[in-house]
Amino acid sequence: MKSDTIINKQHKNGHPHPEVDELLSSNTKENKVVLAGNPNVGKSLFFNHLSGMYVDVSNFPGTTISITKGSFKDYDIYDTPGVYGISSFNDEETVARDVILSGDIILNVVNALHLERDLFLTLQLIEMGKKVTVLMNFSDEVKKRNIRIDVKRLSELLGVEVIETSAVNKLGFDKLEWAIENAHEGNHSEELHHLLHKTLDRVGSQAEALIILEGDEIVAKKHGVPCGNADQREQIYISRRNRVNEIVSDVEFEDTKKGEFFNTLGRLSLHPLTGLPILAFVLLLVYFFIGDLVSQRIVKYTENTLGKGEFEYHVKSFVGKYTPVDITVHILDDNDNVTDTKSYSFTGGMNADPKKAQEFKRISAPHGTTTEFTFKNPFVRLFFGEFGIITMTITYLLFLLLPLVMGFYFVMAILEDSGYLPRLATMLDRSLNKLGLNGRAVIPLLLGFGCVTMATITTRLLGTEREKTIVTAILQFVIPCSAQLAVITVLMSSAGLIPTVIYIVTIVVVLLGLSTSLNRFLPGESSPLLIDLPAMRMPKLENIIKKMFYRSYGFMKEASFWFFVGALAVGLMELTGLLNVWQNLLAPVTTEWLKLPKEAANAFVMGMVRRDFGAAGLFHLSLSPMQITVALTTITLFVPCIASFVIMLKERGWKQGLIIWSGTWVFAFAIGGIIAQIFA
Amino acid sequence: MDKLTLDKARKGSYVTIISLPAGVVKVQLIRLGVTEGTKVYCMERLPGGTVVLQRNRQEIAIGYDLAKKIEITLS
Repeated sequence: MKSDTIINKQHKNGHPHPEVDELLSSNTKENKVVLAGNPNVGKSLFFNHLSGMYVDVSNFPGTTISITKGSFKDYDIYDTPGVYGISSFNDEETVARDVILSGDIILNVVNALHLERDLFLTLQLIEMGKKVTVLMNFSDEVKKRNIRIDVKRLSELLGVEVIETSAVNKLGFDKLEWAIENAHEGNHSEELHHLLHKTLDRVGSQAEALIILEGDEIVAKKHGVPCGNADQREQIYISRRNRVNEIVSDVEFEDTKKGEFFNTLGRLSLHPLTGLPILAFVLLLVYFFIGDLVSQRIVKYTENTLGKGEFEYHVKSFVGKYTPVDITVHILDDNDNVTDTKSYSFTGGMNADPKKAQEFKRISAPHGTTTEFTFKNPFVRLFFGEFGIITMTITYLLFLLLPLVMGFYFVMAILEDSGYLPRLATMLDRSLNKLGLNGRAVIPLLLGFGCVTMATITTRLLGTEREKTIVTAILQFVIPCSAQLAVITVLMSSAGLIPTVIYIVTIVVVLLGLSTSLNRFLPGESSPLLIDLPAMRMPKLENIIKKMFYRSYGFMKEASFWFFVGALAVGLMELTGLLNVWQNLLAPVTTEWLKLPKEAANAFVMGMVRRDFGAAGLFHLSLSPMQITVALTTITLFVPCIASFVIMLKERGWKQGLIIWSGTWVFAFAIGGIIAQIFA
Repeated sequence: MDKLTLDKARKGSYVTIISLPAGVVKVQLIRLGVTEGTKVYCMERLPGGTVVLQRNRQEIAIGYDLAKKIEITLS
């Protein structure tokens, strides 16, 4: 098995994709098999089966943003993003178009429950003159719902083979090889033939001729022929739509309509009256799962016991053998209160004083102790100290962030696969309109509570640049990511109810003020909501788990590097004394304006690197409840972490990225200060 | 028959699409099965005007700003 995954990097809409071209040109035999279909029909499951590798499977329209290539026997198999038709309205369609145009054989996956929608693409593929086999997925669901589909008749009308499948239950997988071998061209309508005639003579490929006639400027330019105008496209589309409707009424019979539990739930989650309680219930479950189970219990164990207690303790003890170190051991009782403290000083490393070293090991080894190492050598500190590139970053990445990220992706996967997310988008549409967004924006905004970096990437699925800018600004200014949120929750719960209310109200006011003014002053118009609501269904645990691992891995791969960079930056600042300079520089602002201890400036430096390092830096300071409120407000509004900053520059460009970044400086200190002045 | 815009459609009624706004959005609607002359069921009209249409088992949510531009008749 061999496979390549190509992440669809950001590019100007419609530009050629060098990565895609490269991937597609790797062979010349007639063996390129392309899986094509509408979003959410199960393409990826077929791909997984054929190639034996996992790809992201998702129930939300618009979440597959990569093309994956695998191989099956002598065939190269390509998975494509789900599209409703071939053209270049957005990035996903452009990518799908390129792959489909170059394919020899198309396996067109359709949802048997939505033939009217899905056959539109099928007819387009057939009219392109491609060799097609239709895989009619969800065929077991059809029977459950008392719908009958005359597969033989459908096959006659289309002129290609139609195979009944159920990908989740692996039905029909044994016929896939036959499906590939027996793919052939289907029936074309006379009318289309006349329309195509002229362009076909000049272009030579029926597929490209059709696409050009339907108004694809890029393909038209490639051949130097005029592309079809909007009227021609509409004419083709309407005649195709009519044919689809005729075919469906010919082959599909419905016995009775059954109101199912999931249908009812889907309907109830749309209307605010019933949808808001459902949302509240969902959020409550999410809170218990992420806020309580994962970020409190699990992370407490992984970070303190595994990360600090085992990993860091052993690494630092090992390093301490060879280099001068001061060690402090705190002995704790059952409630984690310090009952005794012992200090050791090894001026020549532990190896130079074996007796004392043994005494230290004896005291520090049992559970219920915490050990602090202070290395004398600044370079050793850089790598193994409190903010050491190796010690802190690895603990942070593996024992704090990873469990949180996995927990979050687990929840997102359930929300996506159940079909709840697009309904939530619909319910919140009107409220988001006031912020200059439509319901779709709920996805990046929700994801932001997991990781702002990932959410910034997800803004790609929004319709206009204007919406992307607004959502990016909201994410970078006000949305705390899960790692930061965990720290905020702990600190806030120690501060009490009133500070928490002040904090939340401040953040919400900033959110509303920011987005409504962006909506007012940004030129242009945002796009209205138009979204397909997939059937509500029980998500499959297997898919959820796979998706969770796949995405967590993808995220760690993309972001880890920036965490090490951040740690190195802080380490160097400490080493060179810049950290002190910074503290002194900010001291007047920190102490006078924000009314915080001087050391809080540390937290702000860290905030530039990782948002939550910033919040975590506040743990060590003994702050009053009001000071906690001020500090957390400032940290939340303050500049995003370095990873999300870099991604933002990539997505939004230098100019806009830097404006947003410097804007967070001004806002954070201004608003933090106002709170301090009012309540202190 | 009275011409209305879709945002005024009542929940639980069948409406026939008379005209769609031009442009990309029209093409997207055609793909999803909504064309001029199609009869659809208005399964939900949320406060503020977001409309959910149903055609057979296909459900499509349409934002208020778009619904305002779609002309319908009650049927």
